[in-house]
Amino acid sequence: MKPAPFKYVAASSLEHALSLKAEHGDEARFLAGGQSLIPTMNFRLARPSVLIDINGLADLAGVDRSDERGVRVGALTRYRDLERNSDFLKSCPLFADALPHIAHPQIRNRGTIGGNLSHADPASELPALAVAMQARMRIKSSTRERDVPASEFFMGLLTTDIAADEMLVEITYPAPRPRTGTCFQEVARRRGDFALAGVAAMVTLDQERRCSDVRLALCGVGETPVDASDALAGLVGKSCTDQAIDAVAAEVQGIIEPSGNVHATADYQRHIAGVLTRRTLHTALQRAGHGV
Amino acid sequence: MASDRHDIEVSVNGTAYRRSTDSRTLLSDFLRHELPLAGTHVGCEHGVCGACTILLDGVAVRSCLMLAVQANGHELSTIEGLATKTGALNPIQQAMHEHHGLQCGYCTPGILMTMTAFLKETPSPSEDDVREALSGNICRCTGYQNIVDAMMAAAEAMRTTPP
Repeated sequence: MKPAPFKYVAASSLEHALSLKAEHGDEARFLAGGQSLIPTMNFRLARPSVLIDINGLADLAGVDRSDERGVRVGALTRYRDLERNSDFLKSCPLFADALPHIAHPQIRNRGTIGGNLSHADPASELPALAVAMQARMRIKSSTRERDVPASEFFMGLLTTDIAADEMLVEITYPAPRPRTGTCFQEVARRRGDFALAGVAAMVTLDQERRCSDVRLALCGVGETPVDASDALAGLVGKSCTDQAIDAVAAEVQGIIEPSGNVHATADYQRHIAGVLTRRTLHTALQRAGHGV
Repeated sequence: MASDRHDIEVSVNGTAYRRSTDSRTLLSDFLRHELPLAGTHVGCEHGVCGACTILLDGVAVRSCLMLAVQANGHELSTIEGLATKTGALNPIQQAMHEHHGLQCGYCTPGILMTMTAFLKETPSPSEDDVREALSGNICRCTGYQNIVDAMMAAAEAMRTTPP
């Protein structure tokens, strides 16, 4: 099995990569970790005529925590490096929960955060994390640069706001607020499989330990990551009782539209989403109370 | 489209090779057909089975999900480099042998390379750590238990007699 023929260019700089993309547009693809792109090329589901290898662009990789607005993560940062960066996991603890669920160690050794988000697989964990955490995506072309909130970045199945001449170069995750707890959980058939459903929850408490803000995003239950935060408005300003959490979990089940697949019916996915909503909210609340 | 050739230089198990390759040649095929080091096995060719796992600069990767041209300037390790020149098995191979960690052996090169990197980074793993590390390698013969036993034994052997 072989990819269809293409021209390979190892980009020597970000400018070089972007000018090649501007020249070739949709005919060209960026090659980062390649853990989704190469299999689709092996199957010939993707047949780019030009492959722009950005693996040599060291400036695109790495985590910068010096910015007070949040943690900046370069698009070429590999899962492996995030998993082993304890400072980063402390700043963004949802990643500590979610990263082990992503495929297998060999895949995490190569796969990149920018490649994952640009691929925009709705069953993938990191798009849901980006939505829950209200990340901002820095997108660049040869001639312009812009920031897009995660809520507007994922436009459909495997479709993002990135134009044919652009690249996602950096993701900024807002600095965590005090008294905030987070939790990510998912259910998959086997270790490393795509989630039948996954939930990322983030709860912030006020001085009186009432819920002041709550965010919730799901993966695997729609064509994009689903932001269900509005369904949780009933928790804000209150101390979250079990009954209140059960009620919002039922609301979340009502707004999602899972399609069902060979591994799970839509009803089962909806059931899991409800269970995980309750579990992640309970754990996030507990962690918020402990200042974790 | 005319073929797109690239001259590359790679080090495999300490030996340097210079070759010309098509841009679309997968690293797994390059190892097997061009060098030719056929110990790296090819199973699914889309990153699911783990049989083609090798080490790229010491890190376990699927060689069917990389292009040969991407390996230019890098150091690779494959199954051929594990035993000594006289054919003596290394501790991980020896443990697989003793614990019957393989039957048909097709998946074994990928498992050995995955575990080589894993045990280096995690010298005292739990059984669960081993299972997590093994999760990206499919074996249809053993049911995995004998592989897990072998890796626990190999880890202990390597702790008591460091290389």
